Amino acid sequence: MGKWTRRGFIAAGLLGGGVLAVGVGIREGHRAPKLAAMMTDETETLVNVWVKLDQDNTITAIVPHSEMGQGVFTSMAQMLADEMDADWEKVEFEQAPAHEAYANYPLGREFIMGGAKVPGFVQDSLNGGFLKIAQSMGLQITGGSTAVRFTGMGGMRIAGAAAREMIVKAAAKTWNVSASELRTADSYIYADALGLSAPYSDFALEAAKHSPPTQPKLKSVADYTLMGKSLPRFDIPAKTNGTAEFGIDVDLPGMKYAAVMGPPVLGAETQSIDDTSARGMPGVIKIIDKGTFVAVVADGYWQAENAIRQLNVTWSQTGAETLNQSDIFAKMRTAIEEADGKGKEDVAVGNVTRAENVAARVYEAEYTVPFLAHAAMEPLNATAWVREGQIDLWSGLQNPLAVRNEIAETFDVKAKNVTVHNVLLGGGFGRRAMPDYPLMAVQIAQEFDHPIKMIWSREEDTRQDWYRPASVSRFKAALDEQGMPLSWDNLFTEKHDPPEASHIPYKIDNQLIHYANAEHHIRFGPWRSVDHTQHGFFIESFVDELADQAGMDGYAYRRKLLEHSPRYTTVLDAAAKAANWGRDVPEGRGLGIALVDSFGTVVAQVVEVDVTGPEPKVVHVWCAADPGYAMNPDGFVAQIESGIIYGLTAALYGDITIDNGAVVQSNFHDYPMLRIDQAPEISVEIINSGAQIGGGGEPGTPPIAPALANAVFAATGVRVRSQPIANVLEGLS
Amino acid sequence: MAEVRFRVNGAETVVDTDPNTPLLWILREQLKLTGTKFGCGIAACGACTVHLDGTPIRSCSTPAFVAEGTDVTTIEGVSAEDGTQHKVQAAWIEHQVPQCGYCQSGQIMSAVALLRDNPNPTDADIDAAMRGNICRCGAYGRIRAAIKTAASA
Repeated sequence: MGKWTRRGFIAAGLLGGGVLAVGVGIREGHRAPKLAAMMTDETETLVNVWVKLDQDNTITAIVPHSEMGQGVFTSMAQMLADEMDADWEKVEFEQAPAHEAYANYPLGREFIMGGAKVPGFVQDSLNGGFLKIAQSMGLQITGGSTAVRFTGMGGMRIAGAAAREMIVKAAAKTWNVSASELRTADSYIYADALGLSAPYSDFALEAAKHSPPTQPKLKSVADYTLMGKSLPRFDIPAKTNGTAEFGIDVDLPGMKYAAVMGPPVLGAETQSIDDTSARGMPGVIKIIDKGTFVAVVADGYWQAENAIRQLNVTWSQTGAETLNQSDIFAKMRTAIEEADGKGKEDVAVGNVTRAENVAARVYEAEYTVPFLAHAAMEPLNATAWVREGQIDLWSGLQNPLAVRNEIAETFDVKAKNVTVHNVLLGGGFGRRAMPDYPLMAVQIAQEFDHPIKMIWSREEDTRQDWYRPASVSRFKAALDEQGMPLSWDNLFTEKHDPPEASHIPYKIDNQLIHYANAEHHIRFGPWRSVDHTQHGFFIESFVDELADQAGMDGYAYRRKLLEHSPRYTTVLDAAAKAANWGRDVPEGRGLGIALVDSFGTVVAQVVEVDVTGPEPKVVHVWCAADPGYAMNPDGFVAQIESGIIYGLTAALYGDITIDNGAVVQSNFHDYPMLRIDQAPEISVEIINSGAQIGGGGEPGTPPIAPALANAVFAATGVRVRSQPIANVLEGLS
Repeated sequence: MAEVRFRVNGAETVVDTDPNTPLLWILREQLKLTGTKFGCGIAACGACTVHLDGTPIRSCSTPAFVAEGTDVTTIEGVSAEDGTQHKVQAAWIEHQVPQCGYCQSGQIMSAVALLRDNPNPTDADIDAAMRGNICRCGAYGRIRAAIKTAASA
């Protein structure tokens, strides 16, 4: 095989048993260091999406994403099947294993090569969209709301359309008619004039002899038959009867169980372990000191967990042992003060200083958010089996391919000798994108010749997280006589991803958005919608303050600042209308509004809150969301509902605090979750604007905290500038 | 170690165990009934909910000896013997309730018990019966709707 220098291609070939396989491969435009590390050979190519056509006419979509509740298997298959004119009843999916054949292997090793020309669909790859596909798919990351908008749009649809065109071409040749005389539907091909029809599979052999198209024609919205429909999810029936297999359910012969304990102060290492009490406990097989953590292996998990609680571990001092939450916030404020005027620039347009000088007045406010844990329902776990030259890992992972490579590197084995078996994730939310826990399972399993299932207790899961960062954000706005903003100055701590999270949708001529970093030992992790969680709250609360300063309501004020964008005003109007904005609400109730554009989807929410009880109760959330086009509307709505509850839980109760360097909270009694009696009614309106497709998993989360905070202000006159909101109000009563 | 005898989904069962072992781990590790989930270990999330003589209990915090002589029903025993779905399961599919699905065995066990005792629950009844079950994917609205559908089935 020659060197691939092209950015993408479509390839096809026959697998055993006359199965036609069509793949879409994307090569990164340039070698990002992260990607280069994943590839060991110049000839390697990122091959991302596959469709298989079996001899019984079954079509299988091979999906390179992890299922963690977002319905990804279904929406991906839906996009492929529609372009292929497939019979939905005979469409199946497989999750692509973390294996070269599905990620970064030279196509030709397993497949007969087809088109040698650069296909038309990658001509626009310089726009960056396809680079994102390569990054997300080559690494098999499920996160960043990428599945539909990148894998689906750039991979699944193209694979389906290409497969269909090849079958049409093969049928035309076999039946000796022109392709234009053929039509396809429900996995059959028809030559109506000749009265002929046959299943796709009849042409698999012939199709494989032809070059794949370089630019398959994609359907326009009017021709969609499956896209845009609320098809039931593949994964749901098994989740109602106990048969769905999550990582924690993996069962292997001779398997033993491990409980683990990490340092109370992140970064500390073991100095000594007194195992006098634990050693002789029933079922205990081995007590293992790995330096960065301790493990107890036993016949059963409960025995292991009981024993590990009896260990007396002395941990090294890291210097963070005296640090409390207030110290961390103080460090952030110091970083901000030191950076003022010389912080790292995010956005700089116009001249903020000049605007402040000519302003009628300058309005300022400071906001904070706390650390947050992910608290997926399934505590972290991984099962590892280390045998001669071979490592097998079973776990629910958001990034299985990267984990496979990390295992290979860490334990000095070839990647081809590492098999990662990805199973269902009992929640991800970003936590399962971090590779710490699978590596720990392998470290433990190295000491045995049988498999080890490592399960984290809820306490470990809470205290050894990679946290949504706490941060501080300061705003300064120059206002004109009417209270409209002449400038927007925002200085904050903790900048991660996505880079545009701190940007504002509003038209303000002078903007300075900048940030500073405060060093602390609490590790950062991506948390549903990442930086948008804090910036959504900061920006949308401060805009509400400005509205109040102008004597306008939050909806009218925003609308005035969004006149330049019909997409934004349409979404904002829809949410306001659904909530009947402007109506009188009873004493003790209030309405709040917020709008956030994240991951390509614009979302506005209106919250009605009732503050007459012992804690604020969100009565109803009206949400309007424009993802461009919702591929599976009910699935999209479910994701938005989920994002709202996830964000609302954090806004009301979420608070990870640091005391003497350690995380204080440990389980659901002190890190509470929203429950059914506290959950609002949620109404979601989808706006299919036709804009570029946006994500679904994350965009529901960012607007809910500010919409609630603004509703609390409307109800009480108290401006909420920190979270959790339940604490803010409790402090007042 | 001691023998603990009970019926699981109708089958006579004897396990040799430390009688203090929580029922959850007996079900999952010894009986391989992994539909019942571990969530918190302190009876605070409901993922481990099973029925003990028909009453929903948190198996993570129920020692095995408590189950001695009882009828234990797990998610695997909710469907009819011929495999027909329970009306709660059917309603769960109709409303596309589960997302990640991890909490759903416990949710369904709580809902099945609720509807058996109270065929037409009010919203307040649903709140009271279901507030012990956390769903981090936030499917609460769909859970409520599915319970109402099952109630009218």
